[in-house]
Amino acid sequence: MASTVSTPEATRLAASGTTTKTGRARRKGPYPYWFLLAPGIIYLVFFVVPTLSSFYFSFTRWDLFTSRWIGLENYRTFFAEQALVIGLRNTVIYAVLTSGLKVVLGMALAVLLTSKIIARGYLRSVIFFPVLVSAIGVGITFTILMNPEKGLINTSLARVGIDGPGWLTNPSLALVSVALVDVWKGVGLATVIYIAGLVSIAGEYNEAAQVDGASRWQLFRTITLPLARPATASVITLSLIGGLRSFDIIWAMTRGGPGFASDVIGSVIYKQYQAGFYGLSTAGSVVLFLLVTVIVVPLTRWLNRGED
Amino acid sequence: MTRTTARRGLAAAALVSATALVAAGCSAGSLGSSSGDASGGGSGATTTITYLTPSDDTTVAQTKALITAFQSANPGVTVSTDTRPGGADGDNIIKTRLATGDMADVFVYNNGSLLQAIKPEQNLTALDDQPWASQLDDNFAASSKGTDGKLYGGPIGTAFGGGVLYNIPVYKKLGLQIPKTWDEFMANSKKIKDAGGGVAPVEQTYGETWTSQLFVLGDYANVEAAVPDFATKYTANQANYANTRQALAGFQHIQEVKDAGLLNKDFASATLNDGMKAVATGTAAQYPQLGGSAANIENLAPGKTNDVGLFALPGDDASKNNLTVWPGTSALYIPKTTEGAKLDAAKKFIAFAASQQGCEATIQASPPQGPFLSKACTLPSDVSQVAKDTQAYFDAGHATPALEFKSPVKGPNLEQICIQVGTGQESAEKAAALYDQDVKKQAQQLNLPGWD
Repeated sequence: MASTVSTPEATRLAASGTTTKTGRARRKGPYPYWFLLAPGIIYLVFFVVPTLSSFYFSFTRWDLFTSRWIGLENYRTFFAEQALVIGLRNTVIYAVLTSGLKVVLGMALAVLLTSKIIARGYLRSVIFFPVLVSAIGVGITFTILMNPEKGLINTSLARVGIDGPGWLTNPSLALVSVALVDVWKGVGLATVIYIAGLVSIAGEYNEAAQVDGASRWQLFRTITLPLARPATASVITLSLIGGLRSFDIIWAMTRGGPGFASDVIGSVIYKQYQAGFYGLSTAGSVVLFLLVTVIVVPLTRWLNRGED
Repeated sequence: MTRTTARRGLAAAALVSATALVAAGCSAGSLGSSSGDASGGGSGATTTITYLTPSDDTTVAQTKALITAFQSANPGVTVSTDTRPGGADGDNIIKTRLATGDMADVFVYNNGSLLQAIKPEQNLTALDDQPWASQLDDNFAASSKGTDGKLYGGPIGTAFGGGVLYNIPVYKKLGLQIPKTWDEFMANSKKIKDAGGGVAPVEQTYGETWTSQLFVLGDYANVEAAVPDFATKYTANQANYANTRQALAGFQHIQEVKDAGLLNKDFASATLNDGMKAVATGTAAQYPQLGGSAANIENLAPGKTNDVGLFALPGDDASKNNLTVWPGTSALYIPKTTEGAKLDAAKKFIAFAASQQGCEATIQASPPQGPFLSKACTLPSDVSQVAKDTQAYFDAGHATPALEFKSPVKGPNLEQICIQVGTGQESAEKAAALYDQDVKKQAQQLNLPGWD
């Protein structure tokens, strides 16, 4: 899917590249337009049509056999119900928490892993490794590790005399526990992006500042941090979108529980779908779509301001 | 008008692409036993029918025994099994396969309230004319009908109760009597707590969320004994859990056992198997649970099957303490898409499942925990204690089908809401109101009168 989607984009870019030379007369690309046909049809059938029809079904009561137009009723239900409102709030908390931690930890690890330390290549792969593991696998593993009575974490804590909490069974802790696992799994990607960003900073700036007697902290604050801004923008955007639509780890670890304490929009949508409320769950997807758009579009504008 | 057609077109395209994925996903996960498919159409000597069933170990073993027995009795028919996950994921597979006309020739699905959600009148073949239909248990027959009053489901397995599984040695050691009222139950529980010895008076297992609902679902017999027309009024949106004292009691009981500190220490993370093991070995004394779950005791705690008994969840009135029963949680159905020779073979298969021979085959794999669903079948004499206790309620006429067999209205989030009460996040009263709200979505989805 991803590759077919990017094809027309690539063609467009290539086309616009040549127009700058030939002027406004006629946009003449190196490739004929019918190249777009095959990916275009796939994109239309598997992306545009389902997206548009999901907007329609979000206004209906739909049981897969028949649908009935009910206007905004689904949206009213969605925002009136406590469980769904908890889900909405948790989604934002989860996204901000995981995104924030990934930025801070990713930056810290990248600084460490670009400095001259032993086994740097090995450590880089160790940090990145969790990204490659299936989210469900990670979720199930940590569920076992975090079991309040039998899990490795609490039995280890008990050895040193600490009575560990119910990581996933305590309603006020469950969401944070899952978010921490998400950070553990995802921080590798943020680190790699930051490493790329840090490596591209020209060494002269640091050398010049060092000659002027700048401390390590000053180097970081006034040179590394501002010059790594494009990397920060990428990390925030990616991790925030990922956090807002996260579902897999949460479902594998708590299924939104205990009660509704760790429900996010993703898990709420899935539960409505499971219950057979197809119209309502489609409305939830539309809400998620709007939420991501409303948060991420202005944010990326702001993060990338003055770049072009 | 044209606009609606266009929308329909879009909808159909979206549905086809969505269900194609689901169907592909489910066939990939099925057992590799579809070898019979190829020989089906060819010679005409044998007919092959497909059979879709839940994938849990007990059901798979039961299915295997049933099919083996059926095939040796009917050499002309081959049955090939396909499995699906249970619970809500399974619901979706059933719904999408029915919607796309891709259903197996015979399939297992819930009866009671969930049956209405798959529109039996529209999608299934009526079975009223079958010879076994007149021999069905009345409760089972009533809960396997469509809104048109026709019978769609054939029997498989046994009925069972939903009440409190209790450890008989613990009860004997402390000289406790079976409680008939909630106050007696609480008094017993306190005695168990005071006796110490690490025995948890009440076992709860929120690690497997559905197990949390028993205090509410299993209490329905008491609700109906006190308010006989509750189910009708509930379906018509004239009575609900928050405004009916007897119905609210179920939620209050969860809160009471929690507040009194009667629960096992690991209640928040324990699973059904942990709970069954605890009540079988006596580390827990009482476990509100479905009687059917007791079928697995022999695997979890060998030799302890007869250490566990069952009593009805107690209510206000000792003289009206009935057992809430599940007259089978599922039935066998034939979709309208099954036709010709396959339809005849499918009907033959269901008729076999309803016969004594078929009934006996199904209990080989998992011991019965209640009476059969067809009067044509009789239980063997050496059944478990839970089965005997359940049978006693049936024989005395003290068995009331659960609310889900009396009303199509059941909210999907009851288990989470019960856990909210059990973990102290919500009060019983608030939880009952939340559940009433949850139920409204289901009623509206089913287009019931009185809910818009």
